[in-house]
Amino acid sequence: MNGIRIRVRGQVQGVGFRPFVWQLAQEFGLTGKVLNDPEGVLIHALGPQVDEFVAAISARAPKLARVDAVEVSDWAVYTAPVAFVIAPSQGVGAETRVTPDAATCDACRDEVFEPGRRQGYAFTNCTHCGPRFTILNGLPYDRAKTTMAAFPMCPACRADYENPADRRFHAQPIACPDCGPRLWYEIAGQEVAGDAIALAAQALRRGSILAIKGLGGFHLACDARNGQAVAVLRTRKRRTSKPFALMGIEADLAEVAVLGTVDRALLRDPAAPVVLVASRGALPETVAPGMAQLGVMLPYTPLHHLLLARFGGVLVMTSGNLSGEPQVIGNDEAREKLAAFADGFLMHDRDIARRLDDGVERAHPRMVLRRARGRVPGTLPLPPGFSGAQVLALGGQMKGAICLVKNGQAMLSHHLGDLDDALCAEEFTKAIADCTALFDHHPQTVACDLHPGYRATREAEGMGLPLIRVQHHQAHLAACLAENLWPLDGGPVAGIVLDGLGLGADGTIWGGEVLLGDYKGFRRVSYLKPAPLPGGDMASRQPWRNALARLDQAGLSEVADRLFPDQPRETLRTAMARGINAPLSSSAGRLFDAVAALLGIVPDAQSYEGEAAMRLEALAGPPGPGYAFGPGLDPAPMFRTIVQDLSDSVSTAMISARFHDGLAQAFAAEVRALVEGGQAQAVALSGGCFQNARLLTATLAALEGVPMLTHREVPANDGGLALGQAVIALAQMESV
Amino acid sequence: MVLRDKVVTLAHGGGGKAMRDLIAEVFTAVFQPPGSEDQARLMDEALREPGARLAFTTDSFVVTPLEFPGGDIGKIAVCGTVNDLVVGGARPLWLSAAFIIEEGCPVDTLRRVVASMAEEAAKAGVRIVTGDTKVVERGKGDGVFVTTSGIGVIPPGREIGAVQVRPGDVVLVNGVLGDHGATILAARGDLALSSDIQSDCAGLGHLMEAALAAAPGIRAARDCTRGGLASTLNEIAGEAGVAIELDETALPLRDEVRGVCEILGLDPLYLANEGRLALFCPADQAEAALAAMRALPEGMGAVAVGRVLAAPAGRVTMRTPFGGSRIVDMLVGEQLPRIC
Ligand SMILES: [Fe+3]
Ligand SMILES: [Mg+2]
Ligand SMILES: [Zn+2]
Ligand SMILES: [Zn+2]
Repeated sequence: MNGIRIRVRGQVQGVGFRPFVWQLAQEFGLTGKVLNDPEGVLIHALGPQVDEFVAAISARAPKLARVDAVEVSDWAVYTAPVAFVIAPSQGVGAETRVTPDAATCDACRDEVFEPGRRQGYAFTNCTHCGPRFTILNGLPYDRAKTTMAAFPMCPACRADYENPADRRFHAQPIACPDCGPRLWYEIAGQEVAGDAIALAAQALRRGSILAIKGLGGFHLACDARNGQAVAVLRTRKRRTSKPFALMGIEADLAEVAVLGTVDRALLRDPAAPVVLVASRGALPETVAPGMAQLGVMLPYTPLHHLLLARFGGVLVMTSGNLSGEPQVIGNDEAREKLAAFADGFLMHDRDIARRLDDGVERAHPRMVLRRARGRVPGTLPLPPGFSGAQVLALGGQMKGAICLVKNGQAMLSHHLGDLDDALCAEEFTKAIADCTALFDHHPQTVACDLHPGYRATREAEGMGLPLIRVQHHQAHLAACLAENLWPLDGGPVAGIVLDGLGLGADGTIWGGEVLLGDYKGFRRVSYLKPAPLPGGDMASRQPWRNALARLDQAGLSEVADRLFPDQPRETLRTAMARGINAPLSSSAGRLFDAVAALLGIVPDAQSYEGEAAMRLEALAGPPGPGYAFGPGLDPAPMFRTIVQDLSDSVSTAMISARFHDGLAQAFAAEVRALVEGGQAQAVALSGGCFQNARLLTATLAALEGVPMLTHREVPANDGGLALGQAVIALAQMESV
Repeated sequence: MVLRDKVVTLAHGGGGKAMRDLIAEVFTAVFQPPGSEDQARLMDEALREPGARLAFTTDSFVVTPLEFPGGDIGKIAVCGTVNDLVVGGARPLWLSAAFIIEEGCPVDTLRRVVASMAEEAAKAGVRIVTGDTKVVERGKGDGVFVTTSGIGVIPPGREIGAVQVRPGDVVLVNGVLGDHGATILAARGDLALSSDIQSDCAGLGHLMEAALAAAPGIRAARDCTRGGLASTLNEIAGEAGVAIELDETALPLRDEVRGVCEILGLDPLYLANEGRLALFCPADQAEAALAAMRALPEGMGAVAVGRVLAAPAGRVTMRTPFGGSRIVDMLVGEQLPRIC
């Protein structure tokens, strides 16, 4: 007798794959077995319809699964099995993979709104949805190693859990009102008697601000249409203008934002990220001051579904923390830290094991701006040519994220915040221990940035392992190459890296670069003509400083004198001339700041990182011919034209558009020459500035016909840096 | 007066009469070291006390400009070495002073530097007992470089040092921070900074003795010179294996210094001081120590700025007015911008 042996590779564990296979086997009348092992899922199947069965495995795979390969071989059967069974896992490392947290599936959502024992139950979930990484304490992933260990299953839940035909088969966080976590509403530490959801919804409708315990942390929520409530939240959080994220059901979101087909698809993704979409201007301006876009998400737990159904509208849902600190996850911590922000608390007793912010993404052009809940700990395959060595990369400073490489897969961590903050730095250190333990990772080498002042660099230096220091913008370039599976021996690529600041190989500060190279090495071909950063990091906070430097450089000092009459211009001019804390930089990010300040956009101080550039992007009108740069990517001619345009009363929308397009076209011309001259095989776009959709679109347009590599799943900003560091370190290890 | 030259020439370093005249008239006439041998032979009653220990330290001083509001290189050279002895609990007794003089340095400048050294030494109760001079070619120095070494005596039973620091201790400073660093920046001219700031340069021997008398439990002290309070606290946190938390709202800063820092993008925590120290004191003696310090001119602005925590070892943080906490790291080389 001959059966078949099927090997399934990819993200196939912890996503309901075995019960899915079991159900398929029933459907096609097969016998045999399915099990998890270190390589993925292994199936032995016997019966007349095996071909249809194999086809259905990839075609109908569970929503959370990612099938990379289905390999079929012969199975010589000596004793025919009598049934199809789910067999125990085999081998060391089996079931060590954890999948990301997933938004409530349609079946579970319907269940909480329909009569039944889980009607109105905020912690309903199944194999296809629910908490994973956020409740995980250790491996293997089963209930005892999660924060659900505190809730012994009732007989009814146990029966669902053990029934392969039930969608809750082996759903570790399975629960019901009889056995699972409990929800309550409290004010000033006192539980309020009554229906928690109803009480919370009522308070929100009255304009209160609530702390709501979610999946990866606490949120602060208020009615998004209530300008007064939004203003109070801003005052309490001391967050003057950074946009707030919103949560609502799709129909309600469609009233405040323009939702295209791709936007809706991304909103419905199991990761349920915050998606940036065009605003209809229907909400108070204070929700996202100066922005043409809103960040919106769908409810992603039954708790959120139930609350929104009762509330009936769109909620501001911003992370519950002190500005700059990590999101609060503990109940007592919330009572202490959020008491000054929240009028009431919607609480529950399921602990959050791991803090995960909401992810921020864009559907068109597709990009991940903040990799977080729902995407981690998903892995990314490494490009062809890389070995299985284990490397740990510790990333950048302002957007901490680490990357673990093992067995040809890269695990790029979630957003860990600004490592200058003491609590974020503590989280960062914990995340290293957490991730290396969880993934049984034993790094042979640590990779970090060249910058000696990054906390991540200091952490790397203290690990006692061989250390590879990677130039910031090469790491950005390599992250883009790796995401696009550019082979190790794929040949040199021309990288446009437009970024904030990073320490260059020559000791100056880079950030507007054309690099020619790959994982193994690079050459700095050309770069934005450098200008001083008067006051160092202060120049990143106060856009007018960059305008001063660029205007002076363009011979337009009198314009700076007129625009910034009350600023200490002369002192900074001397400081620039004498090199007193005024390092030279080719940063593109500071060029955005300079242009923004020239147009009067937050010249004195940004209230959050990137504010000036984001507001400048929001202004931009339709595309067209851009401002011309001088030879050597010198922006001086552009500044002279902008000053002329301003005095001719050209609209700021037009000026912003011509700036974006001019920057794109100037850099595009540089790399096009490299590709057409045969020096580069393709062009890669990376660096934080490429999170600007307008700049990305303009660059793609200017490079039509050239093979292009762009970021989609890996952040173009420092959130993706660690991936680049890791593959560069691996490439160096290969070449030894 | 034998010495008629207006500026120092290479001849003054040649070993001949010109050199002897310079030394005799500019240096030894003022410092009056004991004897004429090339070594000082020293005795002090404090050395006879059973259990007394010698303390010995050395430092080199370079500063541009040589003279600035509130001091000059000579004053720094005495105060710096005196303070290095003082913060270890020693009573400073003797100093050596070695000068590397650049050809062309005005003799009058040298006389003023020496005079202020003598004045500071007298105030601190130390004697400058031996020294040396060398002259280097024009362009190979920066006016004058001074190296001072100092010897002091630690009285029996006094145990002061970073290893004594305990969680719960309070961190005190004796006055506003960064005045010296800001003064030097402003004195370098043409920065168009209008400011009346003066260097804080001062010897701290009397202050330390007064604090110790009022608060005998003082665990450790460290002068906050180059690298400012931030670097000093990082050193102590590392050596003591403790964490230190500063309170941003408690930091004593002059508005002028704050302003200079804001404009130039500098952090006052890292600005140099020449007359400031950080004292680590058990909480129950902090008020007594503060009162004793405030009674002296060099301690008038004394305040508590932070406290010692058990963990994480070696970390210095600063609590911000809004309740957040930022890491205050040791500087690595020059300050490089980090915002990406
Ligand atoms: Fe970057
Ligand atoms: Mg010394
Ligand atoms: Zn479900
Ligand atoms: Zn149950």
